[in-house]
Amino acid sequence: MRSVVGVALAAATVIGLEGCRAAAGDGVTLRFWAMGREGEVVQELVRDFERENPGVRVRVQQIPWSAAHEKLLTAYVGEATPDIAQMGNTWMAEFAALRALEPLGPLLARSAVDDTSYFAGIWESNVIDGQPLGVPWYVDTRIIFYRSDLFARAGYPRMPGRWDEWRTALMAVKRRAGPAGYALFLPPNEYEPLLALGVSAGSRFLAEDGTRGAFSEPAFRRAFDFYASLYRDGLAPPMRNNEIANLYQEFARGYFAAYITGPWNLGEFASRLPDSLQHAWATAPMPGPDGPATGASLAGGASLVVFRGSRHKEEAWRLVEFLSRPDQQLRFYRLTGDLPARREAWSDSALTGDPRIRAFGDQLTRTVSMPKVPEWELIANRLRDYAERVVRGGEPADTTLAELDRDVSRLLEKRRWLLARAHAGAAR
Amino acid sequence: MIGVGVRGQAVAGWMFIAPAVSLILLFFFVPVTAGLVLSLTDFVIYAIASPATARFVGLANFAAVLADPVFWTALRNTLFFVLVGGPLTVAVSLAAALLVNSRLARAQGFFRSLYFAPVVTTLVAMAVVWRYLYHPHYGLINHVLGLVGLGPVDWLGDPRWSMPAIVLLSVWKKFGYNMLILLAGLRTIPDELYEAASLDGAGWWAKFRHVTLPNLAPTFLFVAVMTMIEQFQLFAEPYVMTQGGPLKSTTSIVLLMYEEGFRWWRMGYAAAIAFVLFAIMLVATMIQLRLQKEQTT
Amino acid sequence: MRRRLPALVVNTLLVLGALATATPLLWMLSASFMPTGQSNELPPRLLPSAPTLEHYVILFTRLDLARNLGNSLMIAIGSTAICVVLCSMAGYAFARLEFNGREKVFRGLVMGMLIPAQVGMLPLFLLLKAMGLVNTMAGVMIPMMAPIFGIFMVRQYALGIPRDLLDAARMDGASEWRVFWRIVVPLLRPIMATLAIFIFLSSWNDFLWPLIVLSDDARYTLPVALANLSGEHVQDTELMMAGAVLTVTPVMLVFLVLQRHYVRGLLMGGVKG
Repeated sequence: MRSVVGVALAAATVIGLEGCRAAAGDGVTLRFWAMGREGEVVQELVRDFERENPGVRVRVQQIPWSAAHEKLLTAYVGEATPDIAQMGNTWMAEFAALRALEPLGPLLARSAVDDTSYFAGIWESNVIDGQPLGVPWYVDTRIIFYRSDLFARAGYPRMPGRWDEWRTALMAVKRRAGPAGYALFLPPNEYEPLLALGVSAGSRFLAEDGTRGAFSEPAFRRAFDFYASLYRDGLAPPMRNNEIANLYQEFARGYFAAYITGPWNLGEFASRLPDSLQHAWATAPMPGPDGPATGASLAGGASLVVFRGSRHKEEAWRLVEFLSRPDQQLRFYRLTGDLPARREAWSDSALTGDPRIRAFGDQLTRTVSMPKVPEWELIANRLRDYAERVVRGGEPADTTLAELDRDVSRLLEKRRWLLARAHAGAAR
Repeated sequence: MIGVGVRGQAVAGWMFIAPAVSLILLFFFVPVTAGLVLSLTDFVIYAIASPATARFVGLANFAAVLADPVFWTALRNTLFFVLVGGPLTVAVSLAAALLVNSRLARAQGFFRSLYFAPVVTTLVAMAVVWRYLYHPHYGLINHVLGLVGLGPVDWLGDPRWSMPAIVLLSVWKKFGYNMLILLAGLRTIPDELYEAASLDGAGWWAKFRHVTLPNLAPTFLFVAVMTMIEQFQLFAEPYVMTQGGPLKSTTSIVLLMYEEGFRWWRMGYAAAIAFVLFAIMLVATMIQLRLQKEQTT
Repeated sequence: MRRRLPALVVNTLLVLGALATATPLLWMLSASFMPTGQSNELPPRLLPSAPTLEHYVILFTRLDLARNLGNSLMIAIGSTAICVVLCSMAGYAFARLEFNGREKVFRGLVMGMLIPAQVGMLPLFLLLKAMGLVNTMAGVMIPMMAPIFGIFMVRQYALGIPRDLLDAARMDGASEWRVFWRIVVPLLRPIMATLAIFIFLSSWNDFLWPLIVLSDDARYTLPVALANLSGEHVQDTELMMAGAVLTVTPVMLVFLVLQRHYVRGLLMGGVKG
């Protein structure tokens, strides 16, 4: 028993000391949270930053994408946020509402980095309530990856730019594929393609300053009907992306001939498809309901943010500037396949010489950001669940979208109340 | 001198329980009460930054829970786990206990320890292992099924099989625990009863029904109730293996509570879910106790 | 033959059961030594062709799981020590000390056992945040420091201590503290051992609470680190199996070595119902 008490005391001491373990010592250590492949790769890049900035060390913590959203929020609540983090730009509104992010206006004013170096739609997605809260690190948008050989054989050497023509092309490809094949892989558990169709149709998704659902409005309805028809007419299989055994194998087999996805798949397709097919696939921007100019897509990607709670904001900002340099952006691109956010980097031959990447460059001039409400992530998930009910469960679109709007409006009730309160306060 | 005499006992009594009870009060009962209060507010993400934005909304969260189709799906999934997984676990435990206890069994100690081993393992680690065992192409389980001519099952990808897959893992992991308890219960049954039954010409099935089961009843009840309470708290397996999918077929009530509370930070709503779960568990326990009482009287 | 058949049946069933129980664990162990990619072959392999330690090396170097192992160890040992001290004192007091309100308080605690832990988790998280204990080891340990079940277990056992023994010591003028320290504790040793094993295992295997409370990967316990890895490295089967082996081995060792005490404790709690 004596020894047990001894251990208990020792434990208590360790716990007490652990709290006091201050970051004593010379030099600054920046804590940098990064996700996925970017998290693995950035560890290399920061070595150069450390060399250029003696006295500053960077500790990269890798977090899987599946847990990143929760981890960032929990860290905020527990007051354990890192100095700098990679943050998906659709999450910015949430963290802005929490006042967790350091407004970057003053830092940008003194810096070589400015908004003209970035694609307009992408930069805009980082500005919340007039304040820039993040600097775009890499950009992401969704376009069509397709088997150019199969489409050519069906009579379409180039991807059409209008929905109705696109649909006809898909039907032609499906006819050639036969009953066991499909034209387009459109997993119901990915909401990005549906959102891309939505922005192309001009849907605003939320109404009244982001306080009510607008999914029953004609614009979104048009996109949704088009989306649902792709399944109904047998052009896309109702399979989730984790139900297909191996997406790349199936693409190579011709089980489907097109897939709406993002830039990371440029590298994946190149490495996973057999050599014989390396000249048989291409990319094309999203078609629009009324022609190529209306073919918009999502302004995605991730930004670098500095947290308000950081005690090393100057050094953190220097790291942001470092990673935003065109040469570092290109290096990052070469290591991950993520497209650079800095426009200067796009003049490099690596990007201009490849027509597949040019399609991304083209699409990036027509991107729209998602509504900047903190609840957006949750709403997008709900949209996906309701869409799956129509597509896989066979429920009618009318009632399901109306129900979605009601659900979304309920989720936004708090926001409505807060805005009303703020307006009432301002009016006085 | 502390604690001399009768009054000394009274003082010492309180001092001895003080550390433990204060910890329990502060870190268990207070949060539970706070949870009840939280469930009556609309505490969402905005309130993390400014708590003043949380308003008292009465029973609105509870009404929303009962109106939420995802909750009913989670309830259905959880009830499946409780009503199928629970009895299955207990049945396997009983079978194992009977086998190990049999006088005909060899190396009883070895089998008993081996059957118990999964209980001791970390659930997260086992969920990771079983995720690979369930792989439609490369997993051992489909391979074994293939050897007896049964088609490959997409265990974790097919909404019809995902919950049974989790039940199977759970039975494997837990049966050893109840087996030990039932073993202890079996050992208290006097041999004379079995001998008397043999003399009356009873076969093993009759002995089981008329000697074993009745004498095992109290232990059995304990095992059944404890198992059921644990089954209601299903979380780690779906979290690690399926994230609640596919098509929400493995979303359990606790997983739903975790997502609403820690992913979306709708804490008032999540707290309401927790209390609804508590109420359901209470009712289920009372029903079970009542049923057992009626059976034995 | 007729006499031998039942024995054959029983033992065959036992062996089949053993196979079903052991196979996942054995495969886990085997796959952890396989070269990368070998566990994803058709037909599935049972044994590695060229056993390698490379995955374990990665765990300890690139992924720094030794740190998480250390965290789990410290938290488990700390919780165990604190719990044994607090629960022994309280359990004994509820069993053998007379004080006002004793039964009421105990009944209240027993009612608490019915409440699932998840009910209080969210507010507890907010409370710890206010106390600055989020993302700390202390925060992780708190729910395990004085579990009601532990007090219940000790009390059950302490009810078997003869009153005369204690009264005799009191008659000799010993204080309650001395009685506890000199007489009761040696008698409680078996149940304290069982409780220690219980708490060690529960603390080591705990998942949801450390998942909520810890945000820094350097502070993660082993189960949380493993779950984190499995999200990222879902393709690296062998690496994940090595991580699972690492997580499971300490508790298996504790169990194998200290089986007797653990089983005895289980049986006591169970049979009394």
